[in-house]
Amino acid sequence: LLRSSQPLTGPNRRRCREDEQLLGTILAEGERGFVVDTRSAQAAKQARMGGGGTEPKSSYPRWRRLHRALERGRPLQESFARLVEACGEPGPSVERWLGRLEGSRWLSHVQAALSTACLAAQCLDREGCSVLVHGAEGTDTTLLVTALAQLILEPSCRTLEGFQGLLEREWIQAGHPFQLRCARSASCHGRAKQEAPLFLLFLDCVWQLSRQFPLSLEFGEQLLLTLFDNAYASAYGTFLCNNERERSLCKLKESTHSLWAWLNQPEEKQKYLNPLYSHNPLVIWPSVEPQSIQLWQGFFLRWIRPSQHLDEAQAEIRRLVEGS
Amino acid sequence: ENVRLLDRLSSRRAVVGTLYLTATHVIFVENGSDTRKETWVLHSQISSIEKQATTATGCPLLIRCKNFQVIHLVIPQERDCHDVYISLIRLARPVKYEELYCFSFNPKLDKEEREQGWKLVDLNEEYNRMGVPNNYWQISDVNRDYGVCDSYPTEVYVPKSATAHIIVGSSKFRSRRRFPALSYYCKGNNASICRSSQPLSGFSARCLEDEQMLQAIRKANPGSDFIYVVDTRPKLNAMANRAAGKGYENEDNYSNIKFQFIGIENIHVMRNSLQKMLEVCELKSPSMSDFLWGLENSGWLKHIKAIMDAGIFIAKAVAEEGVSVLVHCSDGWDRTAQVCSVASLLLDPYYRTMKGFMVLIEKDWVSFGHKFNHRYGNLDGDPKEISPVIDQFIECVWQLMEQFPCAFEFNERFLIHIQHHIYSCQFGNFLCNSQKERRELNIKERTYSLWAHLWKNRADYLNPLYRSDHSQTQGTLHPQIAPCNFLYKFWSGMYNRFEKGLHPRQSVTDYLMAVKEETQQLEEELEVLQERLANLQKSQSGNNKVKSKQQDRSKQFGLYTSNNSLANTPQEYSNDLKSFPSRSPSQGDEDSALILTQDNLKSSDPDLSANSDQESGVEDLSCRSSSGGGCLPSEDSGKDSDEAVFLAG
Repeated sequence: LLRSSQPLTGPNRRRCREDEQLLGTILAEGERGFVVDTRSAQAAKQARMGGGGTEPKSSYPRWRRLHRALERGRPLQESFARLVEACGEPGPSVERWLGRLEGSRWLSHVQAALSTACLAAQCLDREGCSVLVHGAEGTDTTLLVTALAQLILEPSCRTLEGFQGLLEREWIQAGHPFQLRCARSASCHGRAKQEAPLFLLFLDCVWQLSRQFPLSLEFGEQLLLTLFDNAYASAYGTFLCNNERERSLCKLKESTHSLWAWLNQPEEKQKYLNPLYSHNPLVIWPSVEPQSIQLWQGFFLRWIRPSQHLDEAQAEIRRLVEGS
Repeated sequence: ENVRLLDRLSSRRAVVGTLYLTATHVIFVENGSDTRKETWVLHSQISSIEKQATTATGCPLLIRCKNFQVIHLVIPQERDCHDVYISLIRLARPVKYEELYCFSFNPKLDKEEREQGWKLVDLNEEYNRMGVPNNYWQISDVNRDYGVCDSYPTEVYVPKSATAHIIVGSSKFRSRRRFPALSYYCKGNNASICRSSQPLSGFSARCLEDEQMLQAIRKANPGSDFIYVVDTRPKLNAMANRAAGKGYENEDNYSNIKFQFIGIENIHVMRNSLQKMLEVCELKSPSMSDFLWGLENSGWLKHIKAIMDAGIFIAKAVAEEGVSVLVHCSDGWDRTAQVCSVASLLLDPYYRTMKGFMVLIEKDWVSFGHKFNHRYGNLDGDPKEISPVIDQFIECVWQLMEQFPCAFEFNERFLIHIQHHIYSCQFGNFLCNSQKERRELNIKERTYSLWAHLWKNRADYLNPLYRSDHSQTQGTLHPQIAPCNFLYKFWSGMYNRFEKGLHPRQSVTDYLMAVKEETQQLEEELEVLQERLANLQKSQSGNNKVKSKQQDRSKQFGLYTSNNSLANTPQEYSNDLKSFPSRSPSQGDEDSALILTQDNLKSSDPDLSANSDQESGVEDLSCRSSSGGGCLPSEDSGKDSDEAVFLAG
């Protein structure tokens, strides 16, 4: 599984021998690969006008391109904001609620993200082909897909430790611009052009996986909520800045504490572990049918609905599994 | 022969097999060298059959079931298809009760066991448990020969001050003679829930006895000087009824009542709502948008919420205000039943136990004359009478279970099986339209009771999170009313029951039940070993130390490793990648609807195999504990069959 940003083909269909060679080295003799482009074919084509583009068939003959349009940027932020607004409104009618839920399109984005990740995973696992994922910049939807695909494929990513490693690799070090994306959250109106809840979308998808495979993730919902909180505002330096370069310039490692260090302390860790976890060596394939994708109530209704009864249920589960 | 069974989710999963029609079932047996997967459908379950236009591959036939299973067959010859279609139409529309499965179903129990089964739920015991008869409430046998109201039971509970004369008089003023009678009595504060049908008040008619009846109800609760009268219909409908000489109680005529409309729509609206929702469920590859819009347009969840809100209102009135409530709709056998039973469930933790829930259904639905036959089509009848009334109640319970996971002794599977059997006619509990009809047919001597069957298998229906001493299980449940529209979820476990691919692949309930069992076993072992240790220490000197073997509790439960291979097949995430095999050699076979191999017909839930000859009627519990979850006899998990298939294939 590889990731990159878009090739700078441009309107004149530039070629780059080194890039072609690089991709060439990945495939063995006679093998084929897939490029999963997280933009629609239309958008990818239009990107050429701005100097970007896609890998042309002629130059990359052994790579087959698949387009899966994933929402990012302003539209995704608006989707998020609309959903939060719909949740907060105390209207009496169930009907309109469903309409508002649909109107936000948030669940459609979750579905699309999971579906694309599954597609990539399928290419790897079932077809045995290498996959290159990229969108435009390679810092948003690309990471969403590669991170989710690994969770699906790789049991070690589903442990608490493995998941942290996944986040470090695929989000933090890979250069997802946290500082730009996670500035204001849902209340952000107007200007912030760079604000977008990609990371939240990722966490939502992870939650969907945990709902469909409640025994297969070593961590629980509480971890996902904590990660969300820390991406926006944190006492730790882990999610600061936009990329490794900035972190290095800030001397982050010398001047802040790591979130992982805190999370992994024995007393803290307990809160985040899933008592039902049992190692699952297989690939977990989620269903992406609409009935299978549900609203992440624990997040979206976090401050709205009382969680007492559900917390009690969790406590009961712990008690049962850990022995009284 | 050579019939194809299609799968909605994946057109690649069509299987070829042979279709059989028996007197009681439709059976599809898959061709295959080693596996003979069978799909059994009871005729009673068939809701509708649709024959579609012949295509190149054959003539499609869709069988839609009342338990939401949809069987999509393709029969090669159009003429054969037509024959099957005609036969099924006849078989699915029985004319006489004797045609129903319950009269031929034989679980091989003797007469006494059958009788015992019927005695499991005793309503007299239940009323006594509530605390009646007492100073305020008495049992009345005025309807002993069904002479006053033929849809009521022979014994009803009425206020002490309601004489036979008042009862009879009131019954003449009520639609279908369904006079106000006790549904639930709250010992703690003497408040009660009574139920009836609409008064025949028209625009101005009055009835002294009916007014006295309501007064009597009020007087039976000294703690309050008024009662609520709740009409569960939308105001407009109730008002329209007045033109037909019926209507609702006028606060001016009845002293000390506070009248309240709670608009729950009628059976026709509900029937259409369900229809629309099922259409959404049948969409092939719907987008998220299609699904949510479809769900909204059906209005289904809105109706569920309306029923729930009514129940909440009544529960509050009784528990918090200590005020008695009289509930009615039009005829007092649909919405009234729903609302009274939801309220009772909220108020009294007993109804949240398995036994209590059976009692609740017996009381508010069976004994009070809910028209099972008409509503659920035991026999061929007027399609306009069909409506998912009890389904809605069952869903309300499920919605509550989702909000209060520790509060119910039973689990989702219990609800689903009950719903299944309301339509299956395999047991006699839900036949006919009234107690009178059931007695005339001698149901108790000629059929078996579902309750006994469920009770026998109760280990499958337990909620591992339930503890009778837990705070959630005690006292009244307080669900939020508004704003909580979003708390109502689509119940895919029921409406997409047979599409296993949609549901969470791992069952927390089953896992926790297995954990609980293992814990129990280990504790028992520990006890035994500790005893032995004590004995040994007594009989020997301290030199020989025998260590009791404490099992390592942290060892992984071997129970669930096999579960991981449970049909974990990817969906069709893409149409581009047609070269993908539909199953990976490393993983098990995919699940599909109702997999019953010959091997596991014995251990699987006899509900759905309904293969009366092979049914042992005795569950093999030992296989579950010792092999650690090796064969959970539930028709939903299909786990055994998958494993069997996997091992065989």
